[in-house]
Amino acid sequence: MDEGKMTRIFIMGKAYDVPAGITIMDAMEYAGYRFVRGAGCRSGFCGACGTVYRKEGEYRLEFALACQEMVEEGMHLTQLPFTPAPRAAYHLDDLDPRENVLLQHYPEIARCVSCNTCTKACPQDLEVMDYVQAALRGDIARVAELSFDCIQCGLCSMRCPADIKHYHMAQMARRLHGLSASREPEHLTTRLREIAAGTYEAQLDALVAASVVELKAQYAAREIETESEEGS
Amino acid sequence: MNAIPYFPGCSLKDSAKPFERSALFVMERLGLPLRELDRWNCCGTVFSLTEDDLMHHIASVRNLIRVQETGATELVTLCAMCYNTLARVARRLDREKEALAKINAFMDEEQDYKGGVKVEHLLGVLQRRIGWEALAEATSNPLDGLHVACYYGCTLLRPKDVSVDDSERPKVMEDAFEAVGASVVRFPFATECCGTYQVVDRPEISLERSARVLRSAARSGADVIATACPLCQHNLERASDILKRSGESPPLRIAYFTELLAAALGADPDALRNQPQPEATMHVTAKGGAEHG
Amino acid sequence: MSRAKSLPVENLRDRVEELSGEHVFACYQCGMCSAGCPLTEEMDRLPSQVVRDLQLDDPTLLESNAMWVCASCLACEVRCPKGVDLAKLMEALRQIVLRRALDNLSVDGMTREEIRRLPQIALVASLRKKTG
Repeated sequence: MDEGKMTRIFIMGKAYDVPAGITIMDAMEYAGYRFVRGAGCRSGFCGACGTVYRKEGEYRLEFALACQEMVEEGMHLTQLPFTPAPRAAYHLDDLDPRENVLLQHYPEIARCVSCNTCTKACPQDLEVMDYVQAALRGDIARVAELSFDCIQCGLCSMRCPADIKHYHMAQMARRLHGLSASREPEHLTTRLREIAAGTYEAQLDALVAASVVELKAQYAAREIETESEEGS
Repeated sequence: MNAIPYFPGCSLKDSAKPFERSALFVMERLGLPLRELDRWNCCGTVFSLTEDDLMHHIASVRNLIRVQETGATELVTLCAMCYNTLARVARRLDREKEALAKINAFMDEEQDYKGGVKVEHLLGVLQRRIGWEALAEATSNPLDGLHVACYYGCTLLRPKDVSVDDSERPKVMEDAFEAVGASVVRFPFATECCGTYQVVDRPEISLERSARVLRSAARSGADVIATACPLCQHNLERASDILKRSGESPPLRIAYFTELLAAALGADPDALRNQPQPEATMHVTAKGGAEHG
Repeated sequence: MSRAKSLPVENLRDRVEELSGEHVFACYQCGMCSAGCPLTEEMDRLPSQVVRDLQLDDPTLLESNAMWVCASCLACEVRCPKGVDLAKLMEALRQIVLRRALDNLSVDGMTREEIRRLPQIALVASLRKKTG
């Protein structure tokens, strides 16, 4: 934060002078707003703080996460804390990924006109239009690959002229892909087998039976991995 | 290698796989393989007909830009609806510079479409680039005794400025079949609409229209009716199933014209049709670049 | 309540001409379009009657089913001796309704089974023609 330097921004049309060099979310809280909705992890990962803004003198709207984007002089902003996008109900086990199940559950993806507005709205720089087109073709693997970093902020759906629910559809694709096509994680399978065989019962019983004092002693005496100089 | 950029369209990767497989086989045999366009998107399927609507051309323009990015100036399609849509968009933007400028301004994340891409249907390529003599020479398994009714539907022929042949009395598909030894059967419903997209919410319309086409072809003595559009194929197959169930059964096979040509060029058509679908027919790498699966 | 009451029926002919770029008074009612149209049996007005109603600026035209039954097959367009593009007139009528957010087709009512059996091309085309 730049000590002492202030910058003027406009939150939902009202002007505020906030410290320069802080995030939109911090700036809004500095201005006195209290987040009851539209804030979550504050780390750019949960998609709660979708923000639409415009820079002074420009007509284009831009899109960001409030917890990640820094304020700029003359920024005009508002938040979109919720997207009323319906999610299809399904049981993964009932679905055959070789069929066009994405289209079956989200038929409105056939309304995609390839305008690319969704891609331009994505704060994660994903190729959103490309994955909608892949979904239209039934290429679930491609949808899963392109949408991997989606944080479900909903900005794409809010901007889409065809009212497509990109992120719900993509989540379905990732689930299907994980279930049907991804390699089975052997370590998980092994661990589940061990648990079922009771390998960890004795340890868990001991922990449950221990007193708070004993637990604290065990915690204090635990082995700590040495961190490397550069981090992991 | 001599190859021609090819636009599949959504259906050819899903409900109409036999169309693509047989066409790829045919063009490989004829020495002009089809090379799938990289990072293509749905063309829109229909050409938007209002003067002020440019938004609904964007899907097609994006594909024309993809062609431009490869340095090519032509694009071939199999699906008649894709042909019609892409060809009409290309023509409109070649004629209307202002519309082109507006679209380019909107699509600011793409390079400008400069115009000039020529969209062709495979029938046109067969006629003009391959020629019927070459097709006849490549025929190892002439379709002797097979009576083929060539069903054009609408989008191959109308409007006239994108028609692959005469809009009222086309013969390009018949010429292809005669080159491979088949007997062609002319029938009056060859250019009548199958009912097209009405199958979605007014299926009785498509059933009625398609039934008429089938009956007409059957009455004219056809063994098989050849199609060039995944939606025509779907509507005719659907009508045929329904007619069979109600006891009326025109004894007609319904096949894509390329399936029959592939058979004439030595393919086992059932093997082609039943070929297991590869994991993905097109792998698009992260930054473009495509390879066939 | 008739849907047309909430529809923009004022100056319908002018708006259709503007959207389509066509001149409805070029039509001299020969009937070639209706003769060639494959879907007249399903329509409550013939294509040539639609043009006549446009010439007369008939406000009930937007209640007709003709433009929704139309399959854009363009048989009318290639045959009109005066070069009137009737397909564009039909599209203009559809768009006038659709641009009021009055869709003629809803995906909400479609079952998974229905969608599963349709080729995508049909769904994309019908949504483009019947939703806004």
